[in-house]
Amino acid sequence: MTTLTAPAPRARLARFRDLTLVPVIVLLLVVGAFLDPTFLTAGNLTNVLQQQAAISLLVLAEAMILIAGKFDLSLESTVGTAPAIAVMLVVPVTAGGLGIGLPGTLVIPLALLVGAAIGAFNGFLIIRFQLSAFIVTLAMLIIVHGLLQGPTEGKTLFQLPDSILYLGSAMWLGLPAAVWIAGLLFAAGIFGLGYLRLGRALYAIGGNLDAARAAGIRVDRVLYGVFILGGTLAALAGILETGRLGAIGNNQGVGWIFMVFAAAVIGGVSMDGGKGTILGALTGVLVIGLVQNILTLIGVSGFWQPVIYGSIILVALMISRIAGGKAQD
Amino acid sequence: MSIHVEARNVVKRFGPTTALNGAEIAIAEGETHALVGRNGAGKSTLVSILTGLQRPDAGEVRFSGEAAPALADRDAWRQRVACVYQKSTIIPALTVAENLFLNRQSDKGRINWRALRARARELLDTYEVDVDAQALAGDLSVEQRQLVEIARALSFGARFIILDEPTARLDGPAIERLFARMRSLREQGVTMMYISHHLDEVYQICQTVTVFRDARHVTTRAVADLPHDELVAAMTGEATAAYESRVRTPGDRLVLEGTGLTLAGRYTDVDLSVRSGEVVGLAGSASSGKVGLAETLVGLRRADTGTVAVNGARVRPGDVPAAMRAGLGFVPEDRHHEGFVPLLSVGENATFPIARKLGRFGVVSPSRRRAKAEEMIESLDIKTEGPDQPVGDLSGGNAQKVVFARALVDDPTVLVVINPTAGVDVKAKQALLGAVEDAVERGAGAVVVSDELDDLRICDRVLVMFHGRVVKDVPRGWTDHELVAVMEGIED
Repeated sequence: MTTLTAPAPRARLARFRDLTLVPVIVLLLVVGAFLDPTFLTAGNLTNVLQQQAAISLLVLAEAMILIAGKFDLSLESTVGTAPAIAVMLVVPVTAGGLGIGLPGTLVIPLALLVGAAIGAFNGFLIIRFQLSAFIVTLAMLIIVHGLLQGPTEGKTLFQLPDSILYLGSAMWLGLPAAVWIAGLLFAAGIFGLGYLRLGRALYAIGGNLDAARAAGIRVDRVLYGVFILGGTLAALAGILETGRLGAIGNNQGVGWIFMVFAAAVIGGVSMDGGKGTILGALTGVLVIGLVQNILTLIGVSGFWQPVIYGSIILVALMISRIAGGKAQD
Repeated sequence: MSIHVEARNVVKRFGPTTALNGAEIAIAEGETHALVGRNGAGKSTLVSILTGLQRPDAGEVRFSGEAAPALADRDAWRQRVACVYQKSTIIPALTVAENLFLNRQSDKGRINWRALRARARELLDTYEVDVDAQALAGDLSVEQRQLVEIARALSFGARFIILDEPTARLDGPAIERLFARMRSLREQGVTMMYISHHLDEVYQICQTVTVFRDARHVTTRAVADLPHDELVAAMTGEATAAYESRVRTPGDRLVLEGTGLTLAGRYTDVDLSVRSGEVVGLAGSASSGKVGLAETLVGLRRADTGTVAVNGARVRPGDVPAAMRAGLGFVPEDRHHEGFVPLLSVGENATFPIARKLGRFGVVSPSRRRAKAEEMIESLDIKTEGPDQPVGDLSGGNAQKVVFARALVDDPTVLVVINPTAGVDVKAKQALLGAVEDAVERGAGAVVVSDELDDLRICDRVLVMFHGRVVKDVPRGWTDHELVAVMEGIED
């Protein structure tokens, strides 16, 4: 059995590929502590986690969609639009509502439903009509954002039902509820994509569509599910963000998608599908969050920060090119 | 002997094209049954119907006398028929174990990876596949991947297996190992349907052959009772003699010269020279370095040491345009990757190398291009609607003719062709070999690199490579056995 010996160390290494960013996280923690004494306090780190909770859900959603070999840009628009539409269905006209006046307790289910509907519509166009996922969701990014701007006429929604504020602002066992929610969902994602047939089906579909079909995976159904789940998670991210800020601004979520892709890609999720893990994506979110925090603490202007984020993406891409050894498309 | 698998009167249309028109096949229990036909004869469609991936518009499929299961019942299909498809159905980013048990990693609930690996190892052992279950499938060789696919196909318990051009991606020794495996499966009573463009393989491994032509069943005969030329005649619908290579006397002028060429891991210290009016073959197994050497000659690769000269002038290493300017034309190994741009037209693809001659200041004159393209279409007999049709729409043989057109459009004095007839049918094969000989008769020198012994018959001499070295210079008049023995390193 000569062939048995050669690939074994490689396979073992592959198991740790998810953790390539851990040294980077440690390094960032050390550097942060060095640069600013307040950095390593529980308060500051909790703050980092809370700020990243909402966007991390988008990363979770995007990672699953990318692994399945698809693409969704419209998630960032859902972050603002889903909670906003839900709120407008509930609050009176004087508070910017549509005058329908549904009960306030329904606002969270409504928001999730709107998110799911947007995901389902994306899936419908991409799967049923076989349109390009990139262009479809680019158009949907614009349309869905327009669905926030249209009815609000660009105004911020201030008077919100208490129920939608709760999740983004409550503390559970000393940590923000949003952090718990994101943590649990990531745990579920790691388990689901690592240990469930349905989760592994995403890898099969993203890795080789024909092979997945030949293996009896219901490809279309799984893809619909991923898009719907993605939209729902984006709506949940919107709910958390709404609670954290106490209002729904006209730009809620706008521009997030770049960070989402950055986190997913530096976390090892391939844009070509079939590769990457949820744990990797999580480390990507943490790196971005820590960098953001450190830059703010040492007083780098928010206007200059994008230069650094962009550079991080390029460096991460180069590292993975060197580590992976394969040309990237 | 009872009939194991039967398709009766199957009709399948895709829009305006009829892929199968009343086609039928009956495969007896335990036999290895060949299905042959030219490109477009309907073989692939029959495969997808026999494996339950597509529903026939009319007709029926029966397994051991029973009607086929419903299309949605994938498990029932997989218990009846296993298939190793032409296109790999391995997922490179996943491990071998997961590929083997794709979509059945567990009965339900959580996947137990340890147990899955153990099951995979057991399965690999059962079919004597020497592959690490934990390795990433993408790290396996083509042969190993195919063995994994065969093991997976059989693991569903099917007693009927379809092999769709399994040898297309394998080299000589690997093909022999595959055949040994197929023989042992047959001894175990497995029924097989074997699809291949290589008729000699049909004679080697199959008992019965069915010929399809133009979406119809033409004949089913015992292989032993069907001479080679009758088989070809059944496929083409006319009597076609086997390709007769022509006799010629090479000139004295050296048109291509490689001196002291070495590329680490590919070939070592190779000298090679080609005269005008001469065809030199390069033969050897996949690991012999023949393709790497040919790619160096045309400038796709750079040798570590050594020089390449075209028409006496040294060519800058690793520079394809320089080689082409010096008078070289080439047909790359994989036409889909390096041969043509599928969305561009036949005309554009065929005239890339001479674009600069078709107009001034970087502008390409459409009318001159069209005229040149029409000339090439005519001389190579390319079946196309015209120069404006995208190459992606053409059949394999015609697409390869476009690649040849590109290689020949500038009247090269040196022609290097790599696997010129891979995946093309009998008639196209003859036309392509004829094109090489035509060019040589016009005074060019040619290098033919091929896994096909038939291609090498047009060569005036064949250089056999083994582990990166040229081990023998075989003149015309060799037998298959002789050449293969040298290629395998059995004889020096």
